[in-house]
Amino acid sequence: MNELYRTLLNLPPQASTVARHIDYLHYVVITTSVLGAVGVAVATGWFLYRYRASRVPEGARSHIEHVPFSLELVVVGGLLGMFLLFWLVGYRQFVHLRTPPQGAMDVYVVAKQWMWAFAYPDGSASNRDLYVPVGRPVRLLMTSRDVIHSFWVPPFRVKQDVVPGRMTFTWFEARTPGTYDIMCAEYCGPHHSRMRGRVIVLAPDDYAAWQEGQWQAAQAEAGGAPANLAQLGERVAAERGCLRCHTVDGTPHLGPSWAGLYHAPIQLADGRTVLVDDAYLTESMMDPLAKVHRGYAPVMPSYLGLLSAAETAAIVEYIHSLAGVVPVRARQSPLAPGQNVNLTLPSVDAPRAPSLTPTPTPTQTPRQEAEPEGKGP
Amino acid sequence: MTDIVPPSEPPRPPVPRLPEEPLPTLPLPSSEPDFWRADRGLRSWLLTSDHKRIGILFLIGTSLSLVLGGVFALLLRIELLTPERTIVDASTYARFFTHHGIIMVWMFMIPVIPGVFGNFFLPIMIGAKDVAFPRLNLASFYVYVIGAVFTLVALVAGGVDTGWTFYVPYSTTTVSSVGWVVCGVFILGVSSILSGLNFIVTVHTLRIRGLGWMQLPLFVWNIYATAIIQVLATPVLGLSLALVGVDHVWHLGIFEPQYGGDPILFQHLFWFYSHPAVYIMILPAFGVITEVVCSYSHNPPLSYKALVAASLGIAFVGFLTWGHHMFVAGMSTFDSGVFGALSMFVAIFSAIKVFTWTATLRGGSIWFSTPIFYFFGFMFLFVFGGMSGVAVATSSLDVPWHDTYFVVAHFHFIMVGGTLTGFLAALHYWFPKITGRMYSERWGLVSAMAVNLGFFFTFMPQFLLGNAGMPRRYYTYPPQYQWLNVLSTAGASILAIGLVITVSYLAVACWRGPRAGKNPWRSRCFEWRVPSPPPKHNFLETPRWKSGAYDYHAAEE
Amino acid sequence: MQPLGAIVHDENPYADQAQREHALRLGMWVFLGSETLLFAGLFGLYAGYRARYPEQFALAGMHNEEWIGSVNTFVLIVSSFFAAWAIHLVRGDRPRAAMWSLGAVILLGLTFLGLKSVEYSHHLAEGIAPASYYRYAELPERGARMFFTLYYFMTGLHALHVIAGLTVMVWLITRLRRGKATAEHHVELEMGGLYWHLVDIVWIFLWPLLYLST
Repeated sequence: MNELYRTLLNLPPQASTVARHIDYLHYVVITTSVLGAVGVAVATGWFLYRYRASRVPEGARSHIEHVPFSLELVVVGGLLGMFLLFWLVGYRQFVHLRTPPQGAMDVYVVAKQWMWAFAYPDGSASNRDLYVPVGRPVRLLMTSRDVIHSFWVPPFRVKQDVVPGRMTFTWFEARTPGTYDIMCAEYCGPHHSRMRGRVIVLAPDDYAAWQEGQWQAAQAEAGGAPANLAQLGERVAAERGCLRCHTVDGTPHLGPSWAGLYHAPIQLADGRTVLVDDAYLTESMMDPLAKVHRGYAPVMPSYLGLLSAAETAAIVEYIHSLAGVVPVRARQSPLAPGQNVNLTLPSVDAPRAPSLTPTPTPTQTPRQEAEPEGKGP
Repeated sequence: MTDIVPPSEPPRPPVPRLPEEPLPTLPLPSSEPDFWRADRGLRSWLLTSDHKRIGILFLIGTSLSLVLGGVFALLLRIELLTPERTIVDASTYARFFTHHGIIMVWMFMIPVIPGVFGNFFLPIMIGAKDVAFPRLNLASFYVYVIGAVFTLVALVAGGVDTGWTFYVPYSTTTVSSVGWVVCGVFILGVSSILSGLNFIVTVHTLRIRGLGWMQLPLFVWNIYATAIIQVLATPVLGLSLALVGVDHVWHLGIFEPQYGGDPILFQHLFWFYSHPAVYIMILPAFGVITEVVCSYSHNPPLSYKALVAASLGIAFVGFLTWGHHMFVAGMSTFDSGVFGALSMFVAIFSAIKVFTWTATLRGGSIWFSTPIFYFFGFMFLFVFGGMSGVAVATSSLDVPWHDTYFVVAHFHFIMVGGTLTGFLAALHYWFPKITGRMYSERWGLVSAMAVNLGFFFTFMPQFLLGNAGMPRRYYTYPPQYQWLNVLSTAGASILAIGLVITVSYLAVACWRGPRAGKNPWRSRCFEWRVPSPPPKHNFLETPRWKSGAYDYHAAEE
Repeated sequence: MQPLGAIVHDENPYADQAQREHALRLGMWVFLGSETLLFAGLFGLYAGYRARYPEQFALAGMHNEEWIGSVNTFVLIVSSFFAAWAIHLVRGDRPRAAMWSLGAVILLGLTFLGLKSVEYSHHLAEGIAPASYYRYAELPERGARMFFTLYYFMTGLHALHVIAGLTVMVWLITRLRRGKATAEHHVELEMGGLYWHLVDIVWIFLWPLLYLST
């Protein structure tokens, strides 16, 4: 029955845990709609026929037919009850869709014209393809670099707008291994319909193998393998300019010091408190303006596309290794709080220079190539 | 006080029961020419204050807009015949769907029935010589023209590719003529406000003595409810587009994330107008349908009060449901629940109307004519479209449907199956009153079938496309979606042909149709008590009506 | 004054002057409803952003010079009084005095605009400009920038309405000079007065939101 309906209605396979429930509600609502519309058309057609003028000349009517008010009340009340029932069931399902289960695996999604980039908490990253294990809830924490996009996977029945300047989330749990298309569902420019991706759902063994493959590829990239990941991180941080703003001994500087930072609770600029975990550190490298540490200017550039998966993981590991360092607060920062400084670091999202005529920003070029090289297996 | 009756006419030959039989020619009263002939020359049209002539001017403007919007629709449907490029590139395609939306919404759907039929008939239906502010009425037409010109300039000066919804930040950063278009739409909005203001004041102040609110024709009630929405909602549209415009042109951004702005606030502001706007589009069509049903079935409405309450209910509750466009936008779950529930309430008012219309047929003496065929089509298409609206208001179901072709199908069922059908019904129903001639019912039936079938095959496949997951505004698509797209384009061609046929035989009938009498449909509504076409000041004497607009038991006046 | 029906004037659909005046008054109220919704949109944005940046809005609001805002409020309230007074004078058959009263409205309105210009120039000198032009280093956060952007939009839209209102006042003075308003029939004056009162009321709501932070 489910399959019959699904095929008739042209619905994709039900590849997530929520898909089937959503489809069941869909069947009820659509059946009611079709029956309602057909019913009204049939009733209308019947009355048009039954009361046609050649059958019921105008002068021959002795009275105007009345329909009892109670009937009208029952019909309208019944319809309202049915609509509200749809709403109730739908709202409960919606709440479920908006409540990621405990222990869901977090993946960071960054949408930009016109590609999807994914960063995993262990530091790996991939473009276009999202790797997830089967049977495990995955929470997606998403932001956009430029305009509004929308993450849409039809077989999962999951969709969520991805908005610049804030983090939106959604979650799913895939039921069967396979490859499922990601499509962008919010118009974002000429290549909107080419902004595709894939969710690659792997069986647990395959997923473990993929993760291992990521680490090995990372090691190969690093060349001259360091003794451990933290040492690699120290090297990367120096090479990539991180240490120009972040100290490792607690000295206040442009950015928060990494000493004692790992797993410390910090306050954000908007008042919230967060724990500095792997996810937060990764996010701060990929989308630094999303959760700015209170007391620091929002000037850190994004490293999305500039750090490889291995390098990101390595930096996180390095910061982890500094968890036990007691911060030194003796010296004052050379800069006054909030003082703006011109930085020469590469910045992907520098504010637009104001001008009186609209100038095209680099990301708007219509002929831009949609998908840069992915980094991963 | 003696009742004043119009000058006596020669005894009428027995009026045949079915309008297919040729109608007798009636001489026009010689005391006053009809409004077409009252003043001659182009200047008398361009500087008219006669609400009927202004209605004709709006008819010309909105019909041209329908054609232009329709051309863009056909172009985009042709592009969608193949999964990859068919005739144009992606940027041009984006301009096709954006222009289609902007022109159809603001230059056709919003102004058409109020501007054409509201203007023409509302004063007559309340016994007035004109609207409360006749010169403001003409001004609202010229403001419409200016807004349309700005918009058309934008099309020529590079076009706009944002979609008619102008979501930020895309609309504030894209290199296209957003500035011109938002000016144009802003000005079109001013025209809408002026029209609405005029109608509200007219209904309040110019009803003839003895005509209370609960004796008004229901078309008047619906135009009145529409006018309330026009006056209160349109300013918010003006504001939201003005903010987009000043950001696009001068970087004075209030929604830019890098300056602390929130793109979702734009959506709230935009949809606060644009949801009531859809009721601006459908309420006048509801009014037409009520008149058509009652007139052709020669029956009063089942419940006059229910229809009035439903119209006012839609106007009020319609302001509270805008968030159902934003279930996946990043709005809170709680808000989604509230907006979803309120959306169910607004659906009930339409259900009341559908029930009432169906029940009104019962016990009637129904004549078949082109408007009744459109009414029949409306009852299926609008009800199905409306139910699909209830479906997308169900929050969890909207998650997969949002921004897919399912939503496109839903709103086209309502707007084309509802408003366009209502417009076509109105055009035929009031054709004899406006022109004094009859159109060919045979051609009317042919075109009604073409329009309804063409429409159905254009948009029913889109429900299935949406179910499969095809997003809106897609230039290329996965190949498995192709056959439904081809079917949809085929339907669109038939719809277009149907509309061309309609325009053709109506145009022919303007000059060659047999003359129509004062009341070819034997309706009791007030506009059928004046000559066809009406004289310039509508009434030869101050009207005194002894029977009501739906008094199908009283003798005809 | 004779009923309008006796005057052959094609455009007028009214039976008499009273009906015409009723229509004009109602029309003005409907228009004011429209204007209210226009400003309501901006107030809505203000509410949304204030909920997002409560502290920075408060800080930025403290930076606005309270005395200018308060003087301006006083100026507008007094001008509203003079607008109403003008109608009272006309009803008492003193059109010349009414002209002077309207003149006072214009003077006060210009004072308002003058003070606003002074205020804007102070802000611009400090680098407080809307949106991408904002350069005020003391309050660099996004919330402060957003406050001032809204400040400019809201007071700017209001100022445009003040200018429109002053134009209407000039026109009303002309009407009075030409003797077009009488003790019984002065609906245009009432309409103009209503519009000016709306402009005043909008400011009375803007004032606490933009100036009276603690």
